[in-house]
Amino acid sequence: MNLLKVVGPVMVGPSSSHTLGALRIARFVYKLIGGIPNEVTFILHESFSKTHRGHGTDRALLAGILGLKQDDPNIKNAYDIAKSKELKYSFIVEDLGDVHPNTVRIKVFKDGIPHEIEGSSIGGGDIKITFIDSVSCELSWDYDTLVIVNKDAPSALKSILDVIKVNVANLYLRRINLLQEKAITIIELDEPIENIEEIKKSPYVYECYFIRRDT
Amino acid sequence: MYLWKDVMEMSKSLPLHEVILNLEMFDTGEAPQVLRKKLSEMLEVILEEAKNQYGKTQKTLTGFTGDNAFKLKNYKAKFLSEFNYIATVTALSIAESNASMGRIVACPTAGSSGVIPGVFYALYEIFSPSFEELLNSFIVAGGIGKVIADKATISGAAGGCQAEIGTAAAMGAGALTYYFSKDSEKVGNAAALVLKSVMGLVCDPVGGFVEVPCVKRNGNLVNIAISSAEMALSGIKSLIPFDEVVNAMRRVGSQLPQSLRETGEGGVANTPTAKTLIANLNFLI
Repeated sequence: MNLLKVVGPVMVGPSSSHTLGALRIARFVYKLIGGIPNEVTFILHESFSKTHRGHGTDRALLAGILGLKQDDPNIKNAYDIAKSKELKYSFIVEDLGDVHPNTVRIKVFKDGIPHEIEGSSIGGGDIKITFIDSVSCELSWDYDTLVIVNKDAPSALKSILDVIKVNVANLYLRRINLLQEKAITIIELDEPIENIEEIKKSPYVYECYFIRRDT
Repeated sequence: MYLWKDVMEMSKSLPLHEVILNLEMFDTGEAPQVLRKKLSEMLEVILEEAKNQYGKTQKTLTGFTGDNAFKLKNYKAKFLSEFNYIATVTALSIAESNASMGRIVACPTAGSSGVIPGVFYALYEIFSPSFEELLNSFIVAGGIGKVIADKATISGAAGGCQAEIGTAAAMGAGALTYYFSKDSEKVGNAAALVLKSVMGLVCDPVGGFVEVPCVKRNGNLVNIAISSAEMALSGIKSLIPFDEVVNAMRRVGSQLPQSLRETGEGGVANTPTAKTLIANLNFLI
């Protein structure tokens, strides 16, 4: 374990797995959709929901989707902030199946576009994003992350990678729909990408999201 | 990953805090100056929060705690030295702030986040050290924590409270000992003395929430950190070396049943009063 992790991080309490991890999953979604959604539903896995109020998990999730950072003292006021930002929110408890005990699925609407992201808080504030819009993945958010919906066609990946100038740490590519010729590409990078507009210009790219790592 | 005995060997030719930063560079590639800067930011938060939360009442999530730091602050200590007293009030204050969704440094974990502020704020108040001196001791605390994290665990769910609050206190004892001795052997002895005193301590939070017995354990364990440092500074040794004590702690942790590892099913969590508290729980915030 690295030294910074042993003596940190700076966060709001009370629990790294129930508070910090929850906030980070929701904040990942906030970054992915590029702002506060109009509507959000948090679906908590049964075991995650059991102690969620006593750990402030609900406030942490709301704070994360509102874009608050992990050491923001306003996290405890997340309900008030949600109200003032006119965010429609709800919490549901469901059996999400054979998942990590601390798992939440987040459904959002922003400007009419729906997204669905699932993540687990795996301890010590670490998270694992397990799927994005029906594509399974295993993202730690330890990297700057690109999520691209692209044409499922020859040379599509090449055209995307040609534009990326920074080092690629991990890469996931999966077909979403053969008939619609759609695939999703998730790329974890060692450094932030400067020329995201160039990627968006590619004829192969339908949607492109860049999620910067929290520092 | 390193053993304390290797660290001691290397610290013969280089100050211990520099050894720890250098070893970290080999591990993560982070330059010592950069790491020192990041650690100084954490220590600043620790001191700032200790000052701001000192002896305040807090509205905690469950309301099971929240006025303990306040009570102790408004009471004249009969037995504790001024150093212990400040450390104890601080440890309770930060642990209660943690339970109220306040800002903390999870050093080494959120549940045990009161001990290190207790040690450092008392040092700061009583001995008026320079920030750099404090930072050197903070780095040493990190080195102790890292040995435990790598060879055993610092998670209550994995190894019981001995691994959480025990690590916090071992780090605190190591920091105090380094501040006055600059002696890596004594630092290891202080940390070993703490872990031996809490060997087997279970993680039994009432309802699974980080309040009972966590808050008051922070208040008590900071004193074990102080007495262990005092013993080590006097020349008292741990017959069992720190590295071996850490291994023993790991083995004990893995022998603890699930009910005593953060599940809220055993220990004081499994008492009639705890069950009544949970049945009547009205969340405060």
